[in-house]
Parts: sequence; C-alpha cells; structure tokens
Amino acid sequence: MRTLTHGTAALLLALAALAGSAAPGHAETVVVDQVGKKFSTPELTIRKGDTVTFANKDPITHNVYSQSPGNAFDVKTQKPGESSDVTFSTPGDVDVQCAIHPGMKLRIHVGN
Amino acid sequence: MRSLCNSVFGILLTAAAAVVVATPARSGEAPAPEASKSLETLKKEYRRPTAVPFPADNPFSVEKLRLGQQLYFDPRLSGNNTMSCATCHNPALSWGDGLGKGHGAGGTLGRRTPTILNLAWADLLMWDGRKSSLEDQALGPVESDMEMNQKLDELVPKLAAIDGYRTAFDMAFPGEGITLANIAKAIATYERTVVSGPAPFDRWIAGDESAIGESAKRGFALFNGKANCQACHGGWNFTDHGFHDIGLPDEDIGRGRQLPLPSMQHAFKTPTLRDVARRAPYMHDGSLADLKAVVEHYAKGGTPRPSLAEEMKPLTLTAQEKADLVAFMLTLTGDAEPVPLPTLAMPVQSPGL
Repeated sequence: MRTLTHGTAALLLALAALAGSAAPGHAETVVVDQVGKKFSTPELTIRKGDTVTFANKDPITHNVYSQSPGNAFDVKTQKPGESSDVTFSTPGDVDVQCAIHPGMKLRIHVGN
Repeated sequence: MRSLCNSVFGILLTAAAAVVVATPARSGEAPAPEASKSLETLKKEYRRPTAVPFPADNPFSVEKLRLGQQLYFDPRLSGNNTMSCATCHNPALSWGDGLGKGHGAGGTLGRRTPTILNLAWADLLMWDGRKSSLEDQALGPVESDMEMNQKLDELVPKLAAIDGYRTAFDMAFPGEGITLANIAKAIATYERTVVSGPAPFDRWIAGDESAIGESAKRGFALFNGKANCQACHGGWNFTDHGFHDIGLPDEDIGRGRQLPLPSMQHAFKTPTLRDVARRAPYMHDGSLADLKAVVEHYAKGGTPRPSLAEEMKPLTLTAQEKADLVAFMLTLTGDAEPVPLPTLAMPVQSPGL
C-alpha cells in the first residue's frame, strides 16, 4: 500500500511516462486522502485490478463516487476517519468526485 | 431529458457492480474537531478574498461587464418583455425576490429564488446543481416557459434589431457579434461582479473588537463549535458549495434527480449566509419565516430519513445560545452600496424626413 501526495503522484506519472508502460506484477493498493475538501492528488495512474483506498481525513462527511462508464461506483457516505476500497477492473479514465462537495475532483487513469 | 439521464446512470451503476468492488467503510483515526481551533486560527479561515475569479474561457473585460449589466436588467429578454433577470434576482432584495417560492410567466415555481450573491466562487448552480457554470445557467430561466418564456431562437434577432446592442456586442466580442453563447458570457461576467459588501463581521475578524456585540461573538463560537454550522457554512462565503439533506419535510428530492445516489435524496445546495438577514423567508422551499425559525430547525435535527446528512443531529441549545447564533448571522449583513442601473440600449430613431 502506498499513500500518495500530489508530488509523489506527479513523480509516479513521470516515471510511468519514462517507462512507456507499467511493469507487470501483482495488484497494488493506493491510498488517496480526502483532506481540506480536496483529494490528496488531482490525478492518478493505476493498472487494471489495482485498488484505491479512499480515506476521509476531514472532520466532515464525504461521498466519493464516479459515473464513468465501466468503473462507476458509489462508496456512500464516509464519516470522518472512515476509509473505503474500490477496485478498478476496466481500463480507461475515471472521473471521481465527492457527491456532497462537487469541487472535489480526481481523475484516475486505469491502464492495462 | 432529465429522467432519461437518470435512467442511463442507473444502468451504468448496475453494470459497474460487476467490475468494481467497493469494500465496506472501516473506522480509522478521526480528525480533531473544529472546536479545538483557536479563535485566531478560525478568524483567518473567514477572511474575504481580495479578487473575483473569472474563468479562462470567459475572462473579464469592462465591455462584457457593461453589456452583461444591460442584459441582466433588460425585460426584453423575456417573451412578453416584462421580466428581466433582476425581476426575480432583485438587487433591492439581496438579489432574490423576497418570496417563499419564485414566480414567473408560468405561475409559482417549486422552490425559493436563490440569491446570485458571490456565485463567482460556486462550483455548481441552482438548488439541485443542474448547471455547471454561470454561462451554462444564464439562459436557462430566459428560455423556461415557467420563468421568462423567451424562445431562444428568437432572442438573437430580437436583440439585433436594437442598434445599441449591436454596438455593445461588437465591443465586447469583436468579430463575433450577437450569439446566444455571448449573451450568456456577458450576463455571467456581470453576475461574477455581484459580491456581498464588507460586513461588521469582517471588521471584527480584521481586529475591530467593537464591530460586533458579545452575543454575536458567542454565536460565532457556537457556529464553529457546539452547533457545528461551519461543517457546511464554513469559510468567508459561509457555504461549502455542497449538497446536503437537512431534513426539511417536503417531497422535493432536489439533487437526487440529477445525481441519483442515496446521499443526494432531498439534498440541496448550501446557500451563502452573507447578507442572510435580508433574504427571508428561508430554505429551498421558503418554509421558515425568519432566522430564529431556522436555528430551531437545526436544533431539532431535521426529519429522520436515510439521506439525512450525518452532520444533522439534535442539538441542546439554550434560548440564549439560539439568540447568540442569530445575533452572529445579523453581523454578516454587508454595507449596502447602491447598485447602479444601466441605461438600456434602444433602437435609433430618426425624424423621418
């Protein structure tokens, strides 16, 4: 499991671009925090089968969801301190938002 | 169209269940409550911004502002030339209409007219968030047969017949002229400049201890502590621009029609509290007559139902604490600057000789 900050996400994206493609291996779990009514990174690249843990580090309720075809999900309301795992099985771009706070946006690139 | 979109989303959710696995929420370390923040830290979170944000695809210009101001106040944007944007979003009534439910060409509307104050900072527009920008929103009420009832395909020739508008559009949008998109851009530009004035509260957080009374200061502490109002109404604009079911007992499902998630049933957009004392009656349905009634609603905790926001819990507030909360909200009324009215463009007249 790894926890991403904005900076580390950018570094990973850059490394992925240099490598040309993701290295083969087992599915990973990436942690994305919700803090200050923002996701800890605005963009994230993972592989098909990877899991993202959405952790609510705010003192308020959030509701992470996506309507993106093939990867739509709704973790339902998360109280402060709660986390939810979502496994992404379909390659493509996934637009993730908080239903309660629509200014919270995250794009996940799911690769093969 | 709306029901079609909802159906499509329902299908997507069903299909995605086969490929997306969501684990149940699990508990972790809870963050510290807001009440633990010092007063000085809290005050910093409520400082007014120094500039109005404008989007890159519709940057500010004086020409657009002047044109947008004309369009906003021009009743010729309605089908029978009697309603302007300002009819319902009236600057003399804190950019609302003072009614429990809005009223337009088709009669009484389903919800209270929201103010347009401070929308430059909003994420989504309308009580149910169905519009994604001021540009996207501007022509909605113009076209609605319940509101201004102006056929949009007739609006451009209608304005083009007025010489002054042809000139104003040429100045605001060189080489483009009068288009529906430019009408929306000009109105949106004007609307972004509608910002609440500095209030006694702002002078207090800037350091003037005499700007507000002791009751209001206690109210601010309650707002950020025991009453937890800041969970949704925090920040200088006193809104999180979010959507919550606050448990009002009506049948309107609000945001749930646009985004059919369990938490969005009966959810409505958090309104700003700036100048709130000037906008009675309150709530999306205009059901509460004054701020005292609003505080009573929150103290009771709202109608219990699955979508009720987690932050809505019955509160034990004394009569003095309730009065303190109202006293605090009264300090959010800004200085009432006169709102300039435009001289509207008219067709050029000639003596006819």
